[in-house]
Amino acid sequence: MAREKTEHIVVSFASTFDAMEAERLCQEAGVAGRIIPLPVEIDSECGLAWSMPADDAALAAFHAATEGHLVPEGVHRLML
Amino acid sequence: MIYLNNAATTIQKPPAVAEAVVAAMAGAGSSSRGASASDLAAARSVAGARVKLARLIGFTHPERVIFTLNATMALNIAIFGSLRPGDHVITTDFEHNSVLRPLHELERRGVIELDYLRADAAGRLHMEELEGLFRPSTRAVVATHASNLTGAITDAAALAAAAHAHGARFVLDASQTLGALPVDMAALGADILCFTGHKALMGPQGTGGLAVAPDLELDPLVHGGTGVKSADPFQPLSWPEHLEAGTMNGHGLAGLDAALEFLLDLGADRVAEHEAALRERFVAGARAIPGITVYGAEDGHAHTGVIALNLAGVDSSTLADRLAFEYDIATRAGLHCAPRIHESLGTLQTGAVRFSFGWYTRPDDVDAALRALADIAAA
Repeated sequence: MAREKTEHIVVSFASTFDAMEAERLCQEAGVAGRIIPLPVEIDSECGLAWSMPADDAALAAFHAATEGHLVPEGVHRLML
Repeated sequence: MIYLNNAATTIQKPPAVAEAVVAAMAGAGSSSRGASASDLAAARSVAGARVKLARLIGFTHPERVIFTLNATMALNIAIFGSLRPGDHVITTDFEHNSVLRPLHELERRGVIELDYLRADAAGRLHMEELEGLFRPSTRAVVATHASNLTGAITDAAALAAAAHAHGARFVLDASQTLGALPVDMAALGADILCFTGHKALMGPQGTGGLAVAPDLELDPLVHGGTGVKSADPFQPLSWPEHLEAGTMNGHGLAGLDAALEFLLDLGADRVAEHEAALRERFVAGARAIPGITVYGAEDGHAHTGVIALNLAGVDSSTLADRLAFEYDIATRAGLHCAPRIHESLGTLQTGAVRFSFGWYTRPDDVDAALRALADIAAA
């Protein structure tokens, strides 16, 4: 069954370690989202990415949770 | 069995270690090789182990904790990845073959020149000779944190300070100390700290690694799949993938993660106190037995819970064999992969019997070993 695509914010990372740290920090802070395989549209050092709703508040919460721990490689808005 | 061969590997480990390995084998996938629940479980476990290992050594860059199959592989990465043609290296008579053989191989190929900080017949390192060993081409000082034969702890901070004063990097082999002593990478001045997971850390065999100081360049030894940047013809520059190629020992690292959690809760200082008390008890008892020679007991170094001895008139392999088969006590005879310190002590031809303690060794075990030695000596 076809799934309707919706806009997401996708954060890419320099390493798998950063991706797993982002997941840990976001889960601890209650930030919505989850780890997904890196979408083919993104060129990144890491094969994993953090996907969250296309919502500026969610992105702000992500940055607040991860600031000082890691620097995302890129932040993208994609239809997934 | 009374197990006193903890310097080779620990067999008594926190129950959570085996439980974590079994759980990982039953359900974990491969770290960085997918984003399914099973693959992410593996990735979380490996990342967790990096964070805990970094915390144990006071290191603030867990992404620069690299996992390998053992300390030997970690030391090979540190040595082959650091050295260039024309480099000079200083190492010590305390070293294990995991340091000596990679250096000997580079020397044989004509890549490096090598000098040794000598140990004397009492098992003391001649630190006063260190300064005179440096050359303008000295690229690295590679040293163990403790002898795997006598337990003598080296003055790593002094070795590091001398290396840095001459623009050289300091590679520390913490195989005998991580988990057995408090180890602070920065305080010891280690640019690269190599470790094994299966000794005092009490994790599974097939785990080890190295922590690499920020901004330190290190060439990969192994090249291959990392799960990332697959279109790139070369090894990624990102860490830890830069130095980690091929599927990791995810099952073993799940066990190491559990072992590190146990050890962080316990505190390496408590392990050090425990082993020091056992060592003192054992050395005092052994020296009271006629015919026993304890090596390096009064060498001016502090010690881990490792002691080497011989009994006059009894071959070291025979002594270890009698302890094993008549008394069910596990020790290790021979040269312990450390030929230079045996040569310094005058035991290269005879070998010695090594007793090594761990967190799960009890004073009763030490007393049983002493009774067995006294029996054999009296016969």
